Amino acid sequence: MNVKYMYSLLAVIALFLIAWIGSAIGLKPLFGIVFPYVAVMVFIAGFAYRVMSWARSAVPFAIPTTCGQQKSLPWIKPNSVDNPTSTGGVVLRMILEVVFLRSLFRNTRMKLKESGNKLAYNLEIFLWVGALAFHWAFFTVLFRHLRLFTNPVPGCVELVEKIDSFFRFEVLYDAVKVALPGVYLSGIILLLAVTYLLLRRLFIPTVKYISQAADYFPLFLIFGIAFTGILMRYFLKVDMTSTKELTMGLVTFHPTIPKGVGSLFFIHLFLVCVLLAYFPFSKLMHLGGVFLSPTRNMRTDTRARRHVNPWNYPVPIHTYEEYEDEFRDKMIEAGLPVEKMPEPQPAEETDKKESHDG
Amino acid sequence: MKDRTLIITGLIIFIALVAFPFWYNMGKASPQPDLVLTAKAKAAGACVMPTAYMRANHMHLLDAWRNSVVRDAKRVFVNPQGKTFNISLTKTCLDCHSNKAEFCDRCHSYASAEPYCWDCHLDQSKENK
Repeated sequence: MNVKYMYSLLAVIALFLIAWIGSAIGLKPLFGIVFPYVAVMVFIAGFAYRVMSWARSAVPFAIPTTCGQQKSLPWIKPNSVDNPTSTGGVVLRMILEVVFLRSLFRNTRMKLKESGNKLAYNLEIFLWVGALAFHWAFFTVLFRHLRLFTNPVPGCVELVEKIDSFFRFEVLYDAVKVALPGVYLSGIILLLAVTYLLLRRLFIPTVKYISQAADYFPLFLIFGIAFTGILMRYFLKVDMTSTKELTMGLVTFHPTIPKGVGSLFFIHLFLVCVLLAYFPFSKLMHLGGVFLSPTRNMRTDTRARRHVNPWNYPVPIHTYEEYEDEFRDKMIEAGLPVEKMPEPQPAEETDKKESHDG
Repeated sequence: MKDRTLIITGLIIFIALVAFPFWYNMGKASPQPDLVLTAKAKAAGACVMPTAYMRANHMHLLDAWRNSVVRDAKRVFVNPQGKTFNISLTKTCLDCHSNKAEFCDRCHSYASAEPYCWDCHLDQSKENK
């Protein structure tokens, strides 16, 4: 039994029950109006606060990660994307990182080969696949939800919905009737991917060792959100038009609690509110942080251009030349070697002697 | 300093995107649509199944009806009350609910649901006009 994931799981279960009981005992306005507004405000203010605190922080050193040949001599081919020396290269690398999570693709696992003592680095691709599926599915799900927050629904949202529900899986037996309305693949992929990412933390010992409660909590929370969402759409059939009336009321600042919106919807909404309010203060801030990572957003022109540490303050310097000027006479008296001899006559004679000798 | 301008610009764009639903719907209240029942539907009093069931599950019923006609050639539906109906979208459903625009479409377009009924079936209320 691991305390770290048990606490997270219990926290999510508690949130689930709070929303269920709360909406059942008539606190629907609290869960349907107050919490969503508070959560969105906390999200925006917290996000701005975190980003601005990063913007204020100094970047003492140039620490871009390099994954290829740096630009150097003209006959050595530089890798302008993986070791970008120009702003364009940085932008391209950032786009590839944000859209395709390339740094996860580089994930390798060190292994001793069974035959002999050879060490091998195997490509460990599943984290990348899982994360890619998770992030894209989550984005699609989020984008699709705009249909509940816009009226009329923009064409691009309808297009995404149409593509997302392209495959039909209608199951129509007398006992089991599911998968109508049309199944959105993104929802299923989100649930599967979040489950994989969770199981990965639970069953791979090395990953489990470094996992904290703060790693498990968002996974359980997102699992809960996806699960309640799927339950609402395909199984318990939440009243769609009433639900949209509620969500539209929120975004038009005329909040209402229409009849016919079930507890499950309030549970889903409450978990989303918790996610939004938790977001700026957690690891989920990598959404904003990825753009502000010095390892990603700096150019690798460290040899061509000097990066001045903003912490540097003017330091009084006393160079050796100045030191010698100050103490030359005393140094000569003490018989210490000096770089510049003073000008007097004997010095000139010795100079001449030397030149004759030469 | 240049970086900070860039960061603030990015942050403002992000917040504007997050707030998209708020400015997109500015000043447009969108209560849920009222469904119009035709005189015939009102007179009938009850649908093939109870209203609550129909609201949530009409798509399952319609799909089951389609499969039963197209695959099994069964054209008779008996509801829990023992009443029999001819399985036909055009002749049974649309006989009462002949106002597709005010009955079907209002909710569907409000919720952005696009059923594929009309890929094959004709909206006869439109034909007659």
